[in-house]
Amino acid sequence: MIEFLMSLKIALRALRTNKMRSFLTMLGIIIGIASVIAMVAIGAGASKIISDQIASVGSNILLVLPGSRTSGGMRLGHGSTPTLTYDDAKAIRKECPSVALAAPVVRGAAPVVYGNMNWSTSIMGITPEYLAVRDWRVEAGRSFIHSDVESAAKNCLIGQSVAENLFGAEDPVGKIIRVKKLPFTVVGVMDAKGRSPQGGDQDDIVFVPLPTAQRKLFGSQFPNSVGQIMIQARTEDELSRAQNQVEALLTQRHKIGPGRDVDFTVRNLTELMAVAEESSKAMSLLLGAVASISLIVGGIGIMNIMLVSVTERTREIGIRMAIGARRKDILLQFLTEAVLLTFIGGLIGMALGVGGARLVSVIFEWPTLISINAIAMAFGFSGAIGVFFGFYPARKAASLNPIEALRYE
Amino acid sequence: MGEIVVSAMDLCKVYCMGEQRVDALKSVSLEVERGDFVAIMGASGSGKSTFMNILGCLDVPSSGTYLLEGEDVKGVSGDALADIRNKKIGFVFQGFNLLPRTSALENVELPLVYGKIPHAVRREKALAALSLVGLAERADHTSNRMSGGQQQRVAIARALVNEPALILADEPTGNLDSLTSVEIMAIFQKLNRQGITIIMVTHEPDIAAFTRRNVVFRDGRIISDTPVRSQEDADEVRRRM
Repeated sequence: MIEFLMSLKIALRALRTNKMRSFLTMLGIIIGIASVIAMVAIGAGASKIISDQIASVGSNILLVLPGSRTSGGMRLGHGSTPTLTYDDAKAIRKECPSVALAAPVVRGAAPVVYGNMNWSTSIMGITPEYLAVRDWRVEAGRSFIHSDVESAAKNCLIGQSVAENLFGAEDPVGKIIRVKKLPFTVVGVMDAKGRSPQGGDQDDIVFVPLPTAQRKLFGSQFPNSVGQIMIQARTEDELSRAQNQVEALLTQRHKIGPGRDVDFTVRNLTELMAVAEESSKAMSLLLGAVASISLIVGGIGIMNIMLVSVTERTREIGIRMAIGARRKDILLQFLTEAVLLTFIGGLIGMALGVGGARLVSVIFEWPTLISINAIAMAFGFSGAIGVFFGFYPARKAASLNPIEALRYE
Repeated sequence: MGEIVVSAMDLCKVYCMGEQRVDALKSVSLEVERGDFVAIMGASGSGKSTFMNILGCLDVPSSGTYLLEGEDVKGVSGDALADIRNKKIGFVFQGFNLLPRTSALENVELPLVYGKIPHAVRREKALAALSLVGLAERADHTSNRMSGGQQQRVAIARALVNEPALILADEPTGNLDSLTSVEIMAIFQKLNRQGITIIMVTHEPDIAAFTRRNVVFRDGRIISDTPVRSQEDADEVRRRM
């Protein structure tokens, strides 16, 4: 075998001789590699969005929602009646061993006013457990403590978006805002949480203690009712056990006989999110697979051109054989050429793929993740395509009969 | 007299073209001593090309033995034949057969590349071979920028560069005008005087007159093998032209 550098030089010269053809041949690989890298980056970005959202919701979460109730022969829809109470939440916490935290919540919407500024936002009545379940911390000031809840204090925590819209550059902590004309002291500003899985702004919110919300803001005919109870299981493994315990407990507490419809629903949020994540992974795999098809098509293009090249250079092969090239030398020469084609194409494609992914994230504000793995894989793959599709033409060249090759016109 | 470089005994070559059996060589025997200069003549189809291919280790005989410097090439593998071609034989073709878009120097270096000679030695040897054919100052010219005579001289330098036991030239003047042909023959004569063995195929009797020995083929057999009585001196002929 001749030196590697020498065969590289020979291959480079051959590619330079037919610049246009070499470029067009490479184009297949360029497009293939670029699309694989861009698609994988975009898919990974999608997965990241979803896993970030999962993290923003909290881990090992069950959601208990009030269900339908049959009233005078009418079956009312989900959440139509306030069947869940603060006491249900307390009971769940106390009696379900697999439950770590139970956070009852009421929701509403109201304009909030500070000075001459006003802003319509969501109001949530919560207990400190809610913030623990969602792993949501304050950025400034303090969080809720149990005395806030017990005394139904007129204290509130505000989200980032509310802070910006009401206070601008001012420090909100300690200021008084009015919610439905009631004055609330801002005790803390929450961390930014970003978008929710449904796309809403999670930071556009004001938290008040649950009893305060129940009694003073959203007073209703069912004074102790809550909109939903968020539950955190002790571990991921205990999630379904927790679900069963909660269902059993509520069935018993709500006095629902066997065979009757329950008046609540328990949803496994983590499971739902996991399904979403799975499907986004499957999607990016699919994108990658489609892109790899173009790589294979590019490889076939290379094989085609290499076959043409072998035929064109039959005489050159004959000369090389006559002056002492072994079959292996000829094989290596053409294989080097094919691998070099895919390798250069791979480099250009990589640059284009990374650039394309960046462009997508700038234009569509879609995060893309360019993984070293994907790049290494695309690179290895392009090399493998060079070897795979270059081998047949190279073997054809190496098996030429020198006498006939020399005579070839 | 001298040592035997080529020893062919009862060489036969049979080609099967479909149903037809073609006897290209019928029991050919020939011995060539070191330092000889042999012209092989004959009409096309007389078997001289087949004979040259066997001498050049590009082909193997159907029967008979061929010893190159006393070594039997029968049963030698393809790679080993490639090595023999590389180390012991230099080829000069009618169509020059240089690599296109490649400099003269690189063309001459090529056998050394396949002979795995280190880079520095390669350059030195190739330059020496080029100056032997009078083209040292054109080392970096590519073959397509050279005249036919110059290209053939590069080809001769390429055949020389590995210091082979034998130079095989297949109608080296076939594509050249008579003045250039004589110049090429002058180079061959110069090399031959330095002791290099040359076997050359030619159609032209006046080219054959520059050699020492003429072998004539017909129908796969040698019909005459005569020493040249008065060898023409190519330098002299050129001066007269």
